[in-house]
Amino acid sequence: MSGDSDLAIDVRGLVKRFGDKAAVNGVDIQMPRGKVWGFLGPNGSGKTTTIRMICGLLKISEGEGSCLGYDIKKDASRIKLKTGYMTQKFSFWSDLTIRENLEFVARLYQLPKMKRVVDETLEGLGLAHRQRQLAGALSGGWKQRLALAAVTMHGPDLLLLDEPTAGVDPQARRDFWDEIHHLSRNGMTVLVSTHYMDEAERCDRIVYLANGQKVTEGRVQNIIDRSGLVTWRAEGDAVRDLSSEIEGQDGAEHVAYFGSALHVSGTDEARLRDTISHFQRPDVEWHEVRPSLEDAFIALMARAGVDQRDHG
Amino acid sequence: MGAFFRIWAVMMKELTQMRRDRLTFAMMFGVPIMQLILFGYAINMDPKNLPAAVVAEEQTPIVRTIIHAMENSGYYDFILQTEDPDESQTLLARGDVAFVVTIPTGFTERLIRGERPELLIEADASDPAAASGAVSSAQTIIASALADELNGSLSYLAQGPPPFDLRVQRLYNPEGRTQYNIVPGLLGVILTMTLVMITGMAMTREVEQGTMENLLAMPAKPVEVMLGKIFPYVGVGAGQVFVILMAAHFIFGVPFVGNLFVLLLGVGVFMLANLALGFTFSTLAQSQMQAMQLTFFFFLPSILLSGFMFPFRGMPEWAQMIGEVMPLTHFLRIVRGVMLKGASLGELYIQMLAMLAFVIVVMAIAMSRYRRTLD
Ligand SMILES: Nc1ncnc2c1ncn2[C@@H]1O[C@H](COP(=O)(O)OP(=O)(O)O)[C@@H](O)[C@H]1O
Ligand SMILES: [Mg+2]
Repeated sequence: MSGDSDLAIDVRGLVKRFGDKAAVNGVDIQMPRGKVWGFLGPNGSGKTTTIRMICGLLKISEGEGSCLGYDIKKDASRIKLKTGYMTQKFSFWSDLTIRENLEFVARLYQLPKMKRVVDETLEGLGLAHRQRQLAGALSGGWKQRLALAAVTMHGPDLLLLDEPTAGVDPQARRDFWDEIHHLSRNGMTVLVSTHYMDEAERCDRIVYLANGQKVTEGRVQNIIDRSGLVTWRAEGDAVRDLSSEIEGQDGAEHVAYFGSALHVSGTDEARLRDTISHFQRPDVEWHEVRPSLEDAFIALMARAGVDQRDHG
Repeated sequence: MGAFFRIWAVMMKELTQMRRDRLTFAMMFGVPIMQLILFGYAINMDPKNLPAAVVAEEQTPIVRTIIHAMENSGYYDFILQTEDPDESQTLLARGDVAFVVTIPTGFTERLIRGERPELLIEADASDPAAASGAVSSAQTIIASALADELNGSLSYLAQGPPPFDLRVQRLYNPEGRTQYNIVPGLLGVILTMTLVMITGMAMTREVEQGTMENLLAMPAKPVEVMLGKIFPYVGVGAGQVFVILMAAHFIFGVPFVGNLFVLLLGVGVFMLANLALGFTFSTLAQSQMQAMQLTFFFFLPSILLSGFMFPFRGMPEWAQMIGEVMPLTHFLRIVRGVMLKGASLGELYIQMLAMLAFVIVVMAIAMSRYRRTLD
């Protein structure tokens, strides 16, 4: 296999079993180069396991594929040279300084002009003045930025970022996403896993996983359109008790709270409108709204037979 | 070539972490030094004033001279003088006295006639260190005291061999092992402890802290990670060997009659055996705690059955069979053989081969468990 495929990731029928439980159960992903892909799905849906199989960290139970044109079963060592993988949990060395962590990575990849590369990376991170601090002393957001800098230092073609923004404050999340788009403009293909719905909007394309299976993929707007949903949003003081009443009524296929508001969605516009009219009350205000990605996912998962209460 | 750089990278990282982890670093040199001091103090301290009994029927000047001289040497404190041998034996068996000196009937008379009568010292050697100083100096003490006494018409007895025949009987521990046995043995015990535990924990630590995933996602293979981690500890092991050999020589005065090269070869093979075992433990253990438990699971029979604690030939046959498997057993034979008896490579190659066989078996287990992935 050569390394010049148009697809950054091309896997078919990927299965990973732990014991007799399939954590990933037949996933296909065809991901062209040069975009930012979101890898969405609730906790335990198999995102991490899939990423690990793609970069050769887990044995593949079934299926096949290539990454950057290299066979994922046979060429793991070449794939590792050209990808940067940021683990879900911070996995650099807390008892090494920021600089020592970067130096270790530079040595391991045998980067020429190590000192200069490390200096530049520290400069780019804005951590030059803190380079002698232990990595373990950094805040969550800084740890993530250090990790991102470390996994991109060798100039990979593909970045695999596993929930890089989990537990990071909103401002740091925005900065992190700006950095991701910056890297993408410089030619890297990026796969970002996340369980934050709002982050999906920042991706060119998304793949949605549930229970180890791909539920849908594509552009955010296309996924919403394809769902064929109509959504009504209820706001007001009495909304709290509304969901149990309206659930299961004719045309109201999916009911979910979004903060203090209630979304009621269905595919049959007329029947849903009819049902909603029965719930016109003084302290409830109804509007028809554009379905959100989350509404679409709830509907898709229900169709795929996935219990939507798992959704996190 | 790439592998070399990756091993180098891991090694530099390991050295930095080692330097920063002061406690572990201190342990690696503190524990050996502590063991040396504990074992060494107890054995090197030449115990004085140990309780003793003397069995003598006669009270001649010569007998009194002998008893005084022994008492003045500071080693013996005669708490009983009796004519009844049974009484003294009871005290010895109970541990109330450490020595019984028996001066047989007619000793003085036969000594003057130049018949070189027997003088018997029975020593409780269950604590060999306790008895050794007193016993080994007895001949000189008594001979020089008698030389002063035997003047005038008896001066001819002071020439030639001592006019008596000193018989020493070590009871309860016929091998009479001394510090000469223990300090070289400590070399093996300390190396086992450090190398097996540290290599066992080196990998599991990365797994436990989640950094293993990062290492494997970068182009480092587990075996490169392992080698990068092992080299610094080979240095630590060499440092320990140096410290112990220096202490053996300068502090405890352990003789070194053999060939240093043979000893270092033995040390090399023995370190290899321990590193291989540590590596195997790291492929078996899921956590640092488990690696530690495995180490102790191996360490205890090693020190108990290798001949370090108890005379090897004094153990039951099944225990000897287990002992033969342990690298420490063979290493002890090499160290003691080289240092104390001047044994040559020709006499010790069996021990070297036994340790190499251990390495091969253990590495086979490691290879069958070895994974390049996280599962
Ligand atoms: N090493 C493992 N051994 C056993 N089960 C695992 C292992 N790793 C993951 N799983 C299980 O596989 C499923 C998918 O996990 P994961 O890929 O981590 O999901 P996600 O990253 O989407 O949260 C979960 O049910 C998890 O418990
Ligand atoms: Mg995950």
